[in-house]
Amino acid sequence: MISLTDFMIVGAGLFCIGLFMIVTKHNAIQVLMGIELMLNAAILNLVAFGKYDRVNNGGQMFALFAIVLAAATTAVALAIILNVYKRYKTIDPGKIDSLKD
Amino acid sequence: MSLVQMLFYVMAFIALASALFVASTKNLVRSIFMFFITLFALAGLYVLALADFVAITQIVIYVGGILVLILFAFMLSGKQNLNYIAGQQTPFISINKIAGLFLAGLFWVVLINLIFKADAGNLEWIKKSVQYKNEIQPNAAMTENIGVNLMTRYLLPFEAVSILLMIALIGAAHLSRKGDTA
Repeated sequence: MISLTDFMIVGAGLFCIGLFMIVTKHNAIQVLMGIELMLNAAILNLVAFGKYDRVNNGGQMFALFAIVLAAATTAVALAIILNVYKRYKTIDPGKIDSLKD
Repeated sequence: MSLVQMLFYVMAFIALASALFVASTKNLVRSIFMFFITLFALAGLYVLALADFVAITQIVIYVGGILVLILFAFMLSGKQNLNYIAGQQTPFISINKIAGLFLAGLFWVVLINLIFKADAGNLEWIKKSVQYKNEIQPNAAMTENIGVNLMTRYLLPFEAVSILLMIALIGAAHLSRKGDTA
């Protein structure tokens, strides 16, 4: 069988790729994709540990909650990105540097 | 090496390689479509962790919902965005990328160290779970258990998530309506 360590190593790799995307990308959509990658790494760990809890099934349950939360986050974040684009005509997070007034 | 293990390594390789491609490519459209493949490979990994319902949910919500949403936002945020990326003729490794690479690499080293130190297979509660047969068997049907648990043990988080989804729906609709007062 596949050991827990294998799953955790894959999760660690995905998490670090997501971190790299968040730090270096010049595009809010790609930053958002980096966040999604990190969330998926966390969900992978939840699911892998949830295998050892048959009765309460906490791992899979909270993986489902995390997926739903990720969907809600993305919807709001994309609405914000569209608003920012309307106002600044760019979605480079480094160029968005003024407040409303 | 058993078939399951081989499948695991193939899925893990696809997931990591496509994630690397997503992170490294200049072409935004290509990176979004490559992200599809990462998510599908991750769904495969969930199946190998005996969480078939989570895998299906991943495909339905992530691939069917979130990625379509990302594509929408990408198309709506204009052509100028594409031109900006295409016109950016930076060398493969620039200064700010080195900092990010350094940060991510160090974090990776720390995480790997931690994982090997933690030695998750020999944890107390996991040994106990194997001993008392509280482990999910490959032929078990877990969907019924998820449904029952959702309505009994995890009812409060379930309701909280439903309220939060409604808040997010109203918030997104409010943020993206027409008019200057947004």
